[in-house]
Amino acid sequence: MTRAQVIRRVVKPVVWVVGLGIPVRLLWGALHGTLGSEPVRAIQEWTGKGALVGLLLTLAVTPLRRLTGWNELIRLRRLLGTFAFFLATLHLLTYLVFDQSLSLAMIRKDIMEHPWVTAGFAAWVLMVPLALTSTAGMVRRLGGKRWQRLHLLVYLAAAGGVFHFLWLVKKDATTPERFGLVLVALLLMRLPAWAVRARA
Amino acid sequence: MPVLIRRGGDIPASQITPESVYLNRRAFVAAAGGVALGALLPPRLRALAGPDDLKPTPYETITTYNNYYEFGTSKESPAKLAGRLKTSPWTVEVAGAAKRTGRYSYEDLVRPFTMQVRIYRHRCVEGWSMVVPWMGFSLGDLIRRLEPTSKAKFVQFTTLDDPAQMPGQRSDILPWPYVEGLRLDEAMHPLTILATGLYGKPLPNQNGAPLRLVVPWKYGFKGGKAIVRITFMETQPMTTWNMAVPSEYGFYANVNPEVDHPRWSQARERPVGEFFKRDTLMFNGYADQVASLYTGMNLRTNY
Repeated sequence: MTRAQVIRRVVKPVVWVVGLGIPVRLLWGALHGTLGSEPVRAIQEWTGKGALVGLLLTLAVTPLRRLTGWNELIRLRRLLGTFAFFLATLHLLTYLVFDQSLSLAMIRKDIMEHPWVTAGFAAWVLMVPLALTSTAGMVRRLGGKRWQRLHLLVYLAAAGGVFHFLWLVKKDATTPERFGLVLVALLLMRLPAWAVRARA
Repeated sequence: MPVLIRRGGDIPASQITPESVYLNRRAFVAAAGGVALGALLPPRLRALAGPDDLKPTPYETITTYNNYYEFGTSKESPAKLAGRLKTSPWTVEVAGAAKRTGRYSYEDLVRPFTMQVRIYRHRCVEGWSMVVPWMGFSLGDLIRRLEPTSKAKFVQFTTLDDPAQMPGQRSDILPWPYVEGLRLDEAMHPLTILATGLYGKPLPNQNGAPLRLVVPWKYGFKGGKAIVRITFMETQPMTTWNMAVPSEYGFYANVNPEVDHPRWSQARERPVGEFFKRDTLMFNGYADQVASLYTGMNLRTNY
C-alpha cells in the first residue's frame, strides 16, 4: 500500500470508528446503566476529553508531517477537527440539557459568572466557523491562504478547552496540566516555521 | 426529622435491616396509605418511612463513590485502596479544654451510646448529593461525657496520618493529616453524629471507618474520616480545605444555594446516579433545625 492508501484505508476508518464509537458506547452505557455512579459526569468526561484529544491531534498533524516527511497526513486534519467539533457539541448539549435543563436564564448566568464555563463555551463558539468551513467546497471558496488564517483559531479553541478543564477541577490538576503541556509543546514546534514566514 | 431507629450498641446480624427494606421504604409507605399515616406506625416502621424525599442511595453507590484523598483523588480509588487500612485496634485521643482527656479505645469511646440510624442528605461541595442511612451516635452526648471546660469554644477533629496505610498521603495534594473543626454549639447540635456504620453494617473503610464525623447541613468535606483525635479548643481550629484553598473553602462550609463556590454555582445539585439536577436546599434541608445557630451572621463572608 502507498502512504495515501494507508491513510485512506486504515487510519481514516480508525478515526471514524473511535469518533463515532465514543458516543455510541456512551449512549449504550446510559441506556444499560453501565456508566458508573455518575453517568452524566462519565458522558461529559468522555466527550470533553475526546474533543480535546481531537483538537490536539489536529494540531499535531503538521509537526508530524515535518518530522516524518509523510505529507499525506494532511488528509487527516479536517476529519480529526470535525470529530473534535462533533464531540465538543455533544459535550455542550449534555451540559445544556442535563446540567441546566435548557434554562436560558441559568445558562446565561453560568457563562457570564464562571470562567471555566466561559472558556469552554468560547472554545466551542470558536470551533463553529471552523466546522462550517471544513468542506472541500468551502476551502476552495475561501482560498487556501484565507482558510489557513481563519483556521488559526483552532489554537485559541484548544487553549479555551484546556483552561475550561483546568478551572473546573477541585485540586488535582494533573490531567488538565498534561493537556496544557502537550498544547504548549505543539505551539512551540510551530514557532520556528512562523518566524521564518514572518521574516520572509 | 430523622432520629430513627434506636438500638443497642451490639446488633446481631439477624437484626440488621436488609438493604432491600430501606429501598422499599417508599413502596411500604405507599401501601400504608401515605406519609401522613406514617405517624401512626410503630416507631421502628415509622423510622423506615422517613421524610418522602429521603430515599437512600444504593449501598453499592455509597461505598464506591467516595472523596477520600488519603486513598487517591479519583472517586473510585478509595473503594479499591482502603481495604488495607487496619481499623482495629483503634485509639482516639481526647485532648485540650476538657476534664476527661486521655486515650480511649474505640470500644470504650463508643460503648456508652445507643446506636441510631440517621437517614441524612449528603451534599458535596462539588455539586453532587446522596442520601445515606448512617448508623452512629450523637456527638453532643459524647462531648457531655468528656466534660469540656468553659474555655472550650471549638472542637477539632484530627484524622489518621499514616502514609504506609494511606497511599494518597504520599502526595502533597493536601496538607496531612486531614483536620476538621466545628464550633462547640455546632458539635453539640442533635443532628451532628459520629458515624460507625451505614445500612446497618459496620462502616466500610472507604466511608471513614471506624469513626467519622457527619454534619448533614454542611458540605461533605467537613466530615472527617478515620478520626484519631478530638481536641477542645478556645480558638477556631485550622481546617484542611481552608488551609489548601482559603478563598474557596471556609471554616463554616454550610450548604447554601445562595452562596456560590467562587468557580461554580451551588444553586443546584445532581443526586448521584440521576441525570438531571435539582435545587439545593438551604442548610441542605435542615434550615428549620440549624438556621438559628447562625442568626445575625453574614453567610456570604462566613462561607
